[in-house]
Amino acid sequence: MTRAILKWGVLAVLVGMALYLIVALYAQREFVFAMLFLVLTASAVAVLVSKRLYAHRYIYPAVAGMGLFVIFPLMYAVGIGFTNYSASNLLSFERVQENLLSRTYQSESARYNYDLYKTDAGYVIVLKSDDGELVSEPFELEDGKVPPVEVSPTATAPTGEPLAFRDIIKQRNALGALRLQAPDGRELSMASLRAFATIKPLYEKSGNDTLTNTRTGVTYFPNQDTGFYESADGDKLVPGWTVNAGFDNYKRVITDPSISGPFMQIFVWTLLFSVGTVVFTLVLGLLLANLLQWDQIRGKGFYRTMLILPYAVPAFISILVFKGLFNQNFGEINLVLESLFGIRPDWFSDPSMARTMILIVNTWLGYPYMMLLCMGLLQSIPRDLYEASAMDGAGPINNLMNITFPLILKPLAPLLIASFAFNFNNFVLIALLTGGAPDIIGASTPAGTTDLLVSYTYRIAFQDSGQNFGLAAAIATVIFLVVGALSLINLKLSKIKV
Amino acid sequence: MAMVEPRSTKYRVLASHLGMLCFIALILFPLLMVISISFRSGNFATGSLLPEVPSLEHWSLALGIPYTDDAGNVVQPPFPVLLWLWNSIKIAVISSLLILALSTTAAYAFARMRFAGKGFVLKSMLIFQMFPPVLSLVALYALFNEIGKHISWLGLNTHGAVIVASLGGMALHIWTIKGYFDSIDRSLEEAAIVDGATTWQAFRYILLPLSVPILMVVFILAFIMTIMEYPMASILLVDTDKLTLAVGAQQYLYEQNYLWGDFAAAAVLSGLPITLVFLYCQRWIVGGLTAGGVKG
Repeated sequence: MTRAILKWGVLAVLVGMALYLIVALYAQREFVFAMLFLVLTASAVAVLVSKRLYAHRYIYPAVAGMGLFVIFPLMYAVGIGFTNYSASNLLSFERVQENLLSRTYQSESARYNYDLYKTDAGYVIVLKSDDGELVSEPFELEDGKVPPVEVSPTATAPTGEPLAFRDIIKQRNALGALRLQAPDGRELSMASLRAFATIKPLYEKSGNDTLTNTRTGVTYFPNQDTGFYESADGDKLVPGWTVNAGFDNYKRVITDPSISGPFMQIFVWTLLFSVGTVVFTLVLGLLLANLLQWDQIRGKGFYRTMLILPYAVPAFISILVFKGLFNQNFGEINLVLESLFGIRPDWFSDPSMARTMILIVNTWLGYPYMMLLCMGLLQSIPRDLYEASAMDGAGPINNLMNITFPLILKPLAPLLIASFAFNFNNFVLIALLTGGAPDIIGASTPAGTTDLLVSYTYRIAFQDSGQNFGLAAAIATVIFLVVGALSLINLKLSKIKV
Repeated sequence: MAMVEPRSTKYRVLASHLGMLCFIALILFPLLMVISISFRSGNFATGSLLPEVPSLEHWSLALGIPYTDDAGNVVQPPFPVLLWLWNSIKIAVISSLLILALSTTAAYAFARMRFAGKGFVLKSMLIFQMFPPVLSLVALYALFNEIGKHISWLGLNTHGAVIVASLGGMALHIWTIKGYFDSIDRSLEEAAIVDGATTWQAFRYILLPLSVPILMVVFILAFIMTIMEYPMASILLVDTDKLTLAVGAQQYLYEQNYLWGDFAAAAVLSGLPITLVFLYCQRWIVGGLTAGGVKG
């Protein structure tokens, strides 16, 4: 009985907290996230309450984690791919309007020179003009936003000397944040080190959401196709807002030569890189595994441990080690090559050398995994097959081609495809080793000759000054389709039954 | 051994030994070089594999002790390496425990229970897992930004966010454990259930104790995967003292501030424990790698 009360109590508290989060998100107009958590909470309650869904209780956390951190981001990314979401179009329309309406400028018509006094009660500012003086009440000077300080023509200026210009310079940050409120409702702020001036709103809103610049009189119309306020001359106001862009991002990838050129080049290199890595690591791994399986070889434990070392060292450390060793000017590899052969390859500035380097490093990183896999699979081959072939006088090459390879290829195929898919998305290697360099000439987005599709996308989204999330998400969707298709084939090939 | 042996075997064995030793020398060159560099003085020093004048300056800096050089200048440690290592280990231990607990229970349901949509969920998990996490960073950033406004320890720049985000990657582990559960005869549990045990008891007291080896494997694999996780942590963590090792280590090798010697010491110091753990556990790992993939 107490257990039941406890159980329902805990459940109620958790649901209450979740509902609070959902309502808070909804109130902030974050509908997507509110919806996401609503679905998660509702399914959690359903699974915990229903007897029929007993089995789902076991899988709920894993499926929810997957949904929250894999499937939701995936759908979010696909969605962004159809918008113009980018650094200049981050906000919603309402927020853009608020932002523009909150902009101000300082009117040149009402400028006041001022004196600043330091009194016992705090600072006092005196604005001087031909009509007379405006004197503030005492206030504290502090950085950051402070409520406006009132100034009035009736208050009396403090006696004594005003602060010297030198001291005013010292206080310029706090003075810059200072807002003064005149009795007629005008607000004033610092215009220069020696003067305060009236602030006026830069834009005024009229019907149909149009904005008029109060200084120039130009009218700006909201353009829901481009996501910007535009004047009749095509002048744009920044920031813009996020609008639906349809298939524009996908069209750009295909038709814009400054994007499609680098995209195709990077796509081909990504394929070459993945296939190359799989082939090299497999050949090396299979060879070593065969040697380690050989009865005649002594000291297997030693060899095995040594050969596994590249896999045991954390990849992010060994990649950075290689980055240093391959350094063109003072890297150890170039020092050795120069003393032996008198050459100093440009590992980082020559595209083909950089690609060679990446393949070398990735083979170094990846062959132990293939070796371990092959060792496991080789053990399952019956030994008498080799006995029989030896009786017939077959050599090691014959054994490999006619016995070993055909027998391990089938269980190995899905693992090879998984390895291909992993390397297709091997972001860490590129990010830490070359960062994509050297760059492709003539590309309008950041694109490098050693970039893989993932690192290319990452750079478009996070490194480019434009932060073009929409374009990045469109490319990401393409990548997912490729990799998803691969894993489907993989599932079919490995004939997994569930 | 009744193997038929051709005459050339002796030479082939010799050649194999030689070949493997040369290969190992080549493979180990970068690792030995880093150890050597960590003992050289200065950040641009060159020299032989055994430094003529060993210097401990980089090691002292890596351990967080300010170093006084010959001229009397005090050099402060550039980065808190040990703190990064601790952050990494903390995050990795907590996430792998969570991953282990959650993927074991899920794998149990997939292996033993019958319910609607089982095959579909299992397969789609495997396919969605292929979606590269790099591309979901925009969404994850927005997600944690929103959560952080209401739950401070789960927001951006917290370890909580990195730990929770690592829970998205359980599909592979579930498959591995499920493969192992499938290989255990279910008659034991059925007998227990006939004797009146609940499903949970059959799982907890019968199946779990039998599966300790695979749980070890999954824990180690999850631990290594979270320690090496780079893209997500690089977006979620900002402050220098919050970084994990994987994100922090690259700061040594910026073009403008190239601390090659300091990096070498820090790399050896932080990489060594992880490497040793891996080597110690390699037997189980090898089993686990093939178990999940091949048996299915």
